Amino acid sequence: MRLYELTFAEVEDYFYKLAEVRDSLKDQGLLTELPELRSNLKIAEGTTMVKHAFPIFQKGGVVMDVTNVKQAEIAEDGGAVSVMVLDKLPYDVRKVGGVARMADPKIIEEVMSSITIPVMAKVRIGHFYEAKVLEALDVDMIDESEVLTPADEVHHINKWLFKVPFVNGARSLAEALRRISEGASMIRTKGEPGTGNVSEAVRHMKLINSELRSLASMSEEDRNMKAREYQVSYQLLELVAKLGRLPIVNFAAGGIATPADAALMMWLGSDGLFVGSGIFKSEDPEVRARAIVMAASAWEYPEVVLEAQKMISEQKTMMGIDIKSLPPEQLLQVRDT
Amino acid sequence: MKIGILAYQGSFEEHALQTKRAMGTGDIVPVKTPKDMGQLDGIIIPGGESTTIGMLASKLGIIDEIREQILSGLPVLGTCAGAIFLAKEASDSKVKKQQELLKVMDIAAVRNYYGRQRESFEAEVDLSEIGEEKARVVFIRSPAITKVWGNSKSLSKLNGVTIMAQEGGMIATTFHPELSNTLAVHKYFLSLVKK
Repeated sequence: MRLYELTFAEVEDYFYKLAEVRDSLKDQGLLTELPELRSNLKIAEGTTMVKHAFPIFQKGGVVMDVTNVKQAEIAEDGGAVSVMVLDKLPYDVRKVGGVARMADPKIIEEVMSSITIPVMAKVRIGHFYEAKVLEALDVDMIDESEVLTPADEVHHINKWLFKVPFVNGARSLAEALRRISEGASMIRTKGEPGTGNVSEAVRHMKLINSELRSLASMSEEDRNMKAREYQVSYQLLELVAKLGRLPIVNFAAGGIATPADAALMMWLGSDGLFVGSGIFKSEDPEVRARAIVMAASAWEYPEVVLEAQKMISEQKTMMGIDIKSLPPEQLLQVRDT
Repeated sequence: MKIGILAYQGSFEEHALQTKRAMGTGDIVPVKTPKDMGQLDGIIIPGGESTTIGMLASKLGIIDEIREQILSGLPVLGTCAGAIFLAKEASDSKVKKQQELLKVMDIAAVRNYYGRQRESFEAEVDLSEIGEEKARVVFIRSPAITKVWGNSKSLSKLNGVTIMAQEGGMIATTFHPELSNTLAVHKYFLSLVKK
């Protein structure tokens, strides 16, 4: 259990100050495309605080990729905190090639009406309208994901325009902070999806941690330079330096396949995990789901992780791909920056 | 004073920080296995996914220990999923589902009462029963307390629906005091612990 300098409400005050700046710019006839972000109404839906709060209740948990109702039910019984509905698991996306798009809304709807935990779904990077469709469908969170084929090679979706929160991938602190500035409510390290190999997720998490540490020890002057290098506001860097972590929830993803992988990513400071192909590309999804959930939430207890690791069998773990054997054009993590 | 926080999943870190600010000196410990349950003066069950928390609590063999200690008087604060966990009656607004729950408090909770995340909201709530006029709080895929009976009483309502209830040393809220600027709920809970 980690204690930070600032409470959730204090972090949100910062985001609200940004919202106020935007609102006053709007009063001057600028930034006309943005909605009101800070509401004085008695009851308000879809505000920054409501969107940032949703991932807090995912912390310590495991979000599982599923492709149909049966897998979603296995995930819920296994203790998943949410499911992510896809057309194909990342491993198959990699194998089949072609253009990968959002999942069939009919399948997402079926999943939503058969389980009680939140349902997320992926959209292509920059595909504003796939996201609008999922918002209309009432999914709980949208993943703007590099696993699908990007629809916009230059821009990401302006996520401030949505009532539904977004999660985005990041390989470095700069990517994470750019996504937060675009309105993401949650970050996940990218890793290299669909490989069953955790090494890239470890690399990204360690890089972000080391960038956070160096930011905290930097002079104001250098931090100002960093803000320009990262293409984000200086105030956001100040907040991050003070907090010593990302100001929103940060999960690990990409290549997690066993309970020990899960515990490793939690030990490195992840708030929780996304497990993609690791569960339903194994031969023992029911027990593996449960074992990974146990290891993720009780990672400080090696004896519990041992018990979880004993529940599964290495023979049944997905085969995995050595990332060095992938040609550069097959890497999914470099599709956006 | 030693307060335990059921720390599998959800807003456990936020509760820890808020409790620390509300209590000044004292210990806050994460609770995950039965041996963490020794000599607690109070326990907090955070928000999260009640199916996940229930599965882990029963798998790691702690659910009976918590129930016994609460029944023999250990004060408890349950927020959102924590409130569902305490309720004697719990159901989902749409899907029928068997869950591992404590079933200790005379309230009925309906999961996802207001709808999905898009229907989640922030609102100003009235905390005058516990000594604070108003506070702005969030409700995330929140349940509702639809019935209060026996020794339970409703402490606050929003548009006619109970959002906070108490029965002796047990407090349930459907909103999230741990994500708000007010320490009132945590201070009120700690005042029950001291008695």
